[in-house]
Amino acid sequence: MANIAKMLTATRGRGRWDWTDWASYGYLILGVCIMFGPVLWLAASSLKSESGLSEYPPSLLPTEQVRVSVPGYASPLPLFTIDAGERAGKQLAEIRRIGIQAQMVDPADPKAVIRVPVDGRTKVMRVHAAWDNYTDLIAKFNFGRYLWNTVFITTIATVLTLLVNSMAAFALSKYRFSGRDAVFLIMLATLMIPPTIVLVPNYLIIATLGLTSNPWGVIWPAVATPTGVFMLRQYMLTLPDDLIEAARMDNASEWRIYWRIVLPLSAPALAVLAIFSVMWRWNEFLWPMVVLSRSESFTLQLALNSFQGELTTAWNYLLAMTVLTLLPVTVVFLVLQKYITQGIASAGVK
Amino acid sequence: MATLNLRNLVKRFGDVAVIHGISFDIDDGEFVVFVGPSGCGKSTLLRMICGLESITSGEVLIDGDVVNDVPSARRGLALVFQSYALYPHMTVYQNMAFGLENLGTPKAEITARVSEAARMLQLEAFLQRKPTALSGGQRQRVAIGRAIVREPKVFLFDEPLSNLDAELRVGMRGEIAGLHRRLKTTMIYVTHDQVEAMTMADKIVVLRAGRVEQVGAPLDLYNHPANQFVAGFIGSPRMNFLAGKAAIMGGSIGVDVPGVGVIMTHASADGVAPGAAMSVGIRPEHVLGGRAGWNTVTGEVASVEQLGGMSYIRLAGPDMTAQLPGQTRLGFGDTAEMNLPPDALHVFDAEGISLPRSWTGAAPAELRQTA
Repeated sequence: MANIAKMLTATRGRGRWDWTDWASYGYLILGVCIMFGPVLWLAASSLKSESGLSEYPPSLLPTEQVRVSVPGYASPLPLFTIDAGERAGKQLAEIRRIGIQAQMVDPADPKAVIRVPVDGRTKVMRVHAAWDNYTDLIAKFNFGRYLWNTVFITTIATVLTLLVNSMAAFALSKYRFSGRDAVFLIMLATLMIPPTIVLVPNYLIIATLGLTSNPWGVIWPAVATPTGVFMLRQYMLTLPDDLIEAARMDNASEWRIYWRIVLPLSAPALAVLAIFSVMWRWNEFLWPMVVLSRSESFTLQLALNSFQGELTTAWNYLLAMTVLTLLPVTVVFLVLQKYITQGIASAGVK
Repeated sequence: MATLNLRNLVKRFGDVAVIHGISFDIDDGEFVVFVGPSGCGKSTLLRMICGLESITSGEVLIDGDVVNDVPSARRGLALVFQSYALYPHMTVYQNMAFGLENLGTPKAEITARVSEAARMLQLEAFLQRKPTALSGGQRQRVAIGRAIVREPKVFLFDEPLSNLDAELRVGMRGEIAGLHRRLKTTMIYVTHDQVEAMTMADKIVVLRAGRVEQVGAPLDLYNHPANQFVAGFIGSPRMNFLAGKAAIMGGSIGVDVPGVGVIMTHASADGVAPGAAMSVGIRPEHVLGGRAGWNTVTGEVASVEQLGGMSYIRLAGPDMTAQLPGQTRLGFGDTAEMNLPPDALHVFDAEGISLPRSWTGAAPAELRQTA
C-alpha cells in the first residue's frame, strides 16, 4: 500500500512539483481516461435497468425513473414532480401522454385524472443498481453452458497451440536441415493471407471431417499459428546451442531435450503466446459463428451476438454479459504478465 | 580408462577444409592438451571426437573401436563446455543428475554418485542452488561434476578456464590436475593458453590451421621444437628470431644476420648450401648479459621491465628480448651488449623446419636443470 502511494505521488525533484510533474501526471491521467473510461462506462452501464439505459442525458451512476403502482392501473406508472402551477411540488404518476399534454394521476387519489403540460414537470430519479441483469443472465439464459464452451475451446486450443507451435519452433531454430528456411518463409507467408479468405476452404474441411457444431471444429484450425511459431522461434534462437549439446552428451533423447530443456527455458515466450492465444480464442467470433450452428454449442461471443436481434436489442443483458466476458481475459493477463519481462534463459550460461 | 586413436581425420564445411588429416594416439590415462592459436581447429577436433561434429573422412577409435557413427552419448565421453552450459532452470543437484536420469540409473545410485562428486568438488553446500546463484569458479566445478558423475572413459575439456579471472584460473588448473591424478582417467583438454598446456599436460598436441605441428611432452616441445611455429608458440615471452643467411663454419652453421654479424650455432651443416635463408632463434631466458668471445649482439635499449627478481630488456635493431636475472641499471636509450650462447640456439631453414644439432649434447635448459 505504502509502495503504491509512493509511486502515485512520485515527483521529479525532491518533493517539489516541477512543471514536468504536472505535464506527465496530466498526460498519464488523460491516458487512463482514454483507455479505462470506456471500460468503466461499460461496467457502470451494465448495472442500469432497461429504462435507465434509454435515459437522456445519460449518467455514469445507474439511475432510473421511479415507478409506482396505482390502484386501478395494471402496470407501475412513472413518477414526476410538477414544477409550477397550483400542484407545484406534488408527485404525480403518468398514465399516458397525448401530444404536449399528459394525463396524470395522484397516487394518493387514484380516481381523478389530471392534465399537465409535459414541459412543466421533472422525472423523479433514483439510484438503483440492476443486479438482476446479471442474475437473470445466469438464471434465464444458458450462461453456464456458453461459459463452459468458451473456456473449453480457449483452454484446449491454447494448450495445443503452445505444444504444436513450440515443437515447430524448436525444429526451425535448432535443427539444420535442407529446406528449413523455405518452410519457415512459407509459414510466414501465410500471415499475409486474411483469415476471411481461407474461411470457406477451412469450413469445407471441417464439414468433411464432420466437425461442424463441435467445439473441436473451432479448435483444430486455430492450433497452428504462424505468429506463434515465429515468436517462439526467435526466442529459441537465443537459447545457447551449448545447452542442447550438453543435453545430448547427457544422453537425453530429442524429446527430452525439447521437454526438459527447451520448453522450460522458453517459458517467457510461451507465456506471451499463451496470453495472445487466450485473447484470440476468447474473442474469436467469425469462425465459431460459421462452425457452431446449434445454440447449445455457442461460445460467449456468439451468445452475446444473439442478444442483438434484428428488431430489438436487450442492451442491459448485452452489457452485463460483455463485462462477464471481459473478466477472464483480464485475469489471465494479470497472472501471466510478469513472465513477459522475465528472462531466465541466459542466466546459467556465463 | 580408454585409449583414443585418430586416423587421418578430415573436416570440411562445404568446400572449406578446417581439419586436414590429423592422426595421433592417446594412451590410457594420459592428460593430453590441444593447444594452438584461435581458429586452428582445436575445438572442432574435440567436437569431432565427442560426436557433436560429423567427420568428413578418417576414423576416431575409442578402445580400438571405430566410433564415427556412434551417437555422442554412447561414446562414453563427457565434455565440459567453455560456457559451462549448465541448465539454468535446474538446481546444481538436478544439473548433475540429469545425465544419469536419462540413462535410467536407480535413484539411490544417482544420489550416491552426485553426493560423491559434490564432496570431491566441495559443492555440497550448493546442491539446492540454481547456477545463477553461483560464482564463476563454482559453476565451473558444477560443470566438471556433471561430467564426473557419468564416470566417462574420457574427459574432454573445451577451454574450461577462459571465463575465469587469472587467480581462479591458477587455482582451477591445480584442481583439474589433481582430479586427473585421483581419477586416472584419460583427459583431453583444449586451450589457447600455452601456460595451461605446459603446466598440466602429459602430452601436448600443437595445432595450426587444421594441422598438427608437433606432438610431445611439454619439455620436449620446449627444448626441441620441430619448427619455428612451435618454437614461437611454446614459451613465454616468445622466442626471439633473427633472420639471416647460412655461412658454413666447420661442421656447423653460422647465420649471417644483417647488422649483427655471423652468429655461431651448433646446428649441423650437412646438406645446407651457403647463402641459404636461415633464421636463428633464442629464448629470452637463455640470452646472457654482457660480452663474450663470440655471438655478441649490441643494440639500443628500447624498453626495460623490472620485475625485481628478474628484468626484461628489449633491444631495438636487432629486435630481441632478453630475460636477465636480478635487477639492471640499464635504461631507455642505453647501449647494451648481449651474448647468445651457441648451445641455446635453434636454427630454422627457409620453411621454418628446425635443423638438427651437430653434437648430441643436451639443450641448455636441460643443462641448467642438472646443474
